[in-house]
Order: sequence, then structure tokens, then C-alpha cells
Amino acid sequence: MNEAVIATRGLTRDFVRRTRSGRLLRDRTVVRAVDELTVTISAGESVGYIGANGAGKSTTIKMLVGILVPTAGEVRTCGLDPLRQRRQLAHEVGVVFGQRSQLWWDLPVRESFSILAAIHRLARARAREREAELVEHLEMADYLDTPGRQLSLGQRMRAEVAAALLHTPRLVILDEPTIGLDVLSKQRLRDFLLAERRVHGTTLLLTTHDMGDIERLCDRVLVVDHGRLAYQGSLDGLARTVGAERVLTVDLAEPVADLTDVPRTRHLGSEGNGIRQRLAFDAEATTAGSVLAEVGRRAEIRDLTIEEPDIEDVVRRIYQSQR
Amino acid sequence: MPVRLLPYWRLFLAGVHEQSTYRLAMLGGLVANATFGFLKVAMLFATVRAAGGTLRGYDIGSMSAYIWLSQGLLGSVNLNGVSDFAERIKTGDVAVDFSRPVSPQGAAVARDVGKAVAALGPRGVPSVAIGVLVVGMTMPTTAWPYLLGVPSLAVGITLSAALVYALATAGFWLIETRGVQVLYMVVSGFFAGLFVPIALFPGWLAAMASATPFPSMMMSPIDILTGRVTVARSSALLGIQVVWLAATVTAGLVLTRAGRRTLEVQGG
Repeated sequence: MNEAVIATRGLTRDFVRRTRSGRLLRDRTVVRAVDELTVTISAGESVGYIGANGAGKSTTIKMLVGILVPTAGEVRTCGLDPLRQRRQLAHEVGVVFGQRSQLWWDLPVRESFSILAAIHRLARARAREREAELVEHLEMADYLDTPGRQLSLGQRMRAEVAAALLHTPRLVILDEPTIGLDVLSKQRLRDFLLAERRVHGTTLLLTTHDMGDIERLCDRVLVVDHGRLAYQGSLDGLARTVGAERVLTVDLAEPVADLTDVPRTRHLGSEGNGIRQRLAFDAEATTAGSVLAEVGRRAEIRDLTIEEPDIEDVVRRIYQSQR
Repeated sequence: MPVRLLPYWRLFLAGVHEQSTYRLAMLGGLVANATFGFLKVAMLFATVRAAGGTLRGYDIGSMSAYIWLSQGLLGSVNLNGVSDFAERIKTGDVAVDFSRPVSPQGAAVARDVGKAVAALGPRGVPSVAIGVLVVGMTMPTTAWPYLLGVPSLAVGITLSAALVYALATAGFWLIETRGVQVLYMVVSGFFAGLFVPIALFPGWLAAMASATPFPSMMMSPIDILTGRVTVARSSALLGIQVVWLAATVTAGLVLTRAGRRTLEVQGG
């Protein structure tokens, strides 16, 4: 068994919410964002941490690196106490907050890297070598002299990842790293992270709403719901659940009665007197092609879309199946 | 330099570079400062003349020196209470600061001092030049006021940055700190001697001012630089400044530790 890079026991965080009730009084409600989370992540693992918005993912991450103080429970990251040894831990961990920037907005990207190298007290030669490596792999050479605020989202995310990885941390935590990126940019970023893991043996923990991230990058997933661990296990196990239902939306040439009799599908709803209909089907029980053929036999199809199940949906299903 | 301090030195330089990207904003600031400088000239010169040419040790020349130095320091001594750190708490970007192997307080203050020092060139120097060339002002001809004045100015600038940081930590509890900031803006300028030199205050008000850190931010450096006070008094003022700086930094440290326990990162 590899050493644990992350180990939590009963990790809990409450937030107090105050809402106005009457002229002077305020109601005080305690919201439990993370509820007795016990997980272990070993060195070299790549773990996807998924859950709906507000499920407690970001709160967990912030406790892992010592930004937030836990209400209860224990946490060790890289063998350190994130609260007492926050600064020491910061040398071991790189964090990318997809929606926040660690670049200096008014300064060229190159200078942000130089400042971060100084903050991490990297030797000059080492810093230069690492920067060159990151610039090459993340294809940043074109915009090193551009100030942070002028970068496109795709450029900025690459620079953010580079900024978090400049000190070659043992553990890389990515909070929504591909949010808002186009398909190509996502692909590039994933390829980079895979290579980084291969070369440096980096441990990865990432939260995402993107199934592609999980499929490409993670060999284990943790699903959290309302702060509780709802599922933990292999990707295959998740994939079976994920594969369960896709949604086919068809626009028909003319209104038709609800298509409730298409084999191995579930009718979800109709709009415009049945001009647009939505059917859910299990990808393991049937195929999109045969569902389409069945629908085509009943009405003329003008347009269609197939939706992959989103993570919220998967989480909901996993959560329900456990009750 | 000790290795521990290198990150802060680099952050100071980052502040210098950041400030120098705001050229147009600095020009705007200079124009505003100069305008109010002429307003102060009109009022305070009239006051000195009405008093018969000297007033509590000020004549026209030394009053002019006070006016143009105080206006010139406005870009560097933070008297409006606005800080990047307060904004970072409000938006939750403070999470990034806490994920770095440096003290958020040290990082914020180092950067702000860098910005302040960089503003001395484009805002401080022209302001003094206006005073010398357009209005005329008297500056000391001996070395002492400058030898003690420069460190005094450095401490004054750092003190204002440290105090504004401590003020921003209120955001750990309040989130929105605009009220605290406005209160600071009203009180600090007045007690720092921005509008009227503290020497012209009635005794009880001057005593009140000296119980606050504000004179150490602006009035003391100006008094020392313009040679209004003796070498002995200058050294004493510098000592007082250092004590206020130490107290303010300590307060910021304690508030950061306490605030961290209540921190809720805004915006997920």
C-alpha cells in the first residue's frame, strides 16, 4: 500500500447562515457543507471528486489545503496538518481554482511565474528549467508577455495550471479545471495532466462537472452528496450507472400522440402537442439507432439531439440507489 | 537578505511593476492633487498672511513646502482605506492567498508598499516640482532632515499599508467593509494632517491626533523632511512611528489569525 497523500476522518464543516426574520431578529441556521467525510487517497492516484453544485466539494478542498478550518474531524495532507503547517504544505500542493486566478492581472504571465518561483523559493536554474517545460507542454510561448487580464479563457486556464504546478507539487488539486473550455482546450489540458502524472508521479484530485475529465483522467471516483460520501469506487462501477440513461429529444414533422410505446424507452414528456418529445433510454439495453428507427416508424423526424447524462443526474441516481 | 524575506521582496517589486502600468491613472491623480494643492495654497497662505506672516512656526515658504509634500504623498500614503485585500475577502479570492507558502499579511503589505513607492515618482516628484517652480517653497539646506526624513517616509508609507490591511481583516467578519473604509477615510486624512497641519490644531485636538497612528503616516515625515523639527525631535518622531508600525503589524497578525477561524470563502 502506498503512503496516504490525503487522509480524512470524520471531516465536517458547518456554515452558519443568518436570515432576517422580522425587523431586528435574525434566524440562525447551521448548514452542514461537509458531513463526516472519511477518505484516503494514496500517492500516485488520480481521483475524481464529483457531486452536484453545493454538495461540499470546494469546501472539502479548502479544508485539505488549510484555507478553511474544519468544524470537526481530522485531516492530514501530505502527512501534514493543513492548519498548523499551512505554509509548509503549500510547497507540496498545487491548487487550481477554476474560477479564481492566481496570476497578477496587470503583469505579463512571465512575471507571474517569476513571482511564484520566488514565493516557493525555487533555485533560479530549477525555476527556469521547469518554466520552459511548462511553457512547451502547455503551449504558452505566444502569450508569455501578455498581462493576465488580456488572456482568453483557454490561455488563462493553461497559465493557471502552470502557475499551480511550477513548484512541481506532489499533490495537484484542480477545482473545475476545464470549466468553460472548448473541446480542444479541454483535450490539451487533459493530455498535459496525464503526461505530468506519468513523468512526476503526481497525485491528482479533481472536481468537475465534465464526464470527459473523469473518464480520461481518473482511476477512482468519490461522489459526494449533501456533504456525505455517496459512492466511492472504480470508474467502471460509475460508468455502469452513468451509461444507464441517455435522453433523446426528437422534433417531429407534425404533432403525434405521446410515444409511450417505443420499446426499452421511457417517455419523459412532450411539448407543442407532441411535436417535440423526450425519451430516456438505457444505452446497455438498446442503442440510439434502434430507438430512432422505432420512432421513425411512428412519425417523421425533423431534428434530434441526444444528451449524455450529466453529473448531477448521475449523483442523484447513485444517491437514490443507496437509500 | 535572509531567504525567508525573499518572497516579500519579490512581491514588493511586483507592486512596483503593477503600479507603473497605471500611467494614465497616475496622471489623473496628479492633476487632482495639484488642483487641491492650489486650493490649499489659497486658504493656508491667506491664514498665514492674516496672522502677520508667521503662524505657529510656519511662514509662506514652509507652508508651501507642507502643502506640496502632503499633496505629493497622497499617491503613496493610503488615506482612503481602499485595499485590494478587502476586495479579495469579499470575492473569495483570499482563498488563493491562503494557498501560498507566505503570510497573506506580509504579501499584501509588501505589494502595497511597492505600489506606493512606485507612485512617488510620477505623483510625488511633480507635486513638489509644482511647489518649487510655480509657488515657491523653502526646503532645508542641511543633510539631517533628509537623512532622517527618508526612513521616516518609508515607515509612514508602510504604516499606512499595514493599517489598511488590518482594517481589511474586518471583512473576515463583516464581508462588506465599505463602512469601515469610509470611516477610516474621514478620520485618517484629518488626523494625518492632510487638510491642515496638526500644528494649527487647537491643543485638545492635537492631543487627540497624537493618540492615533495617523500623524505618523504623513505629518511626521513631512515635519522631518521640511526641517520644521530639530534633529532630536525628528529622532523621537521616527521612534514613535516605529512603535505604531510594530503595533499595527501585530494587530494585523492577530486579526488574521482570528479571522481565519471564521473565514468562509465567498463564492465557492
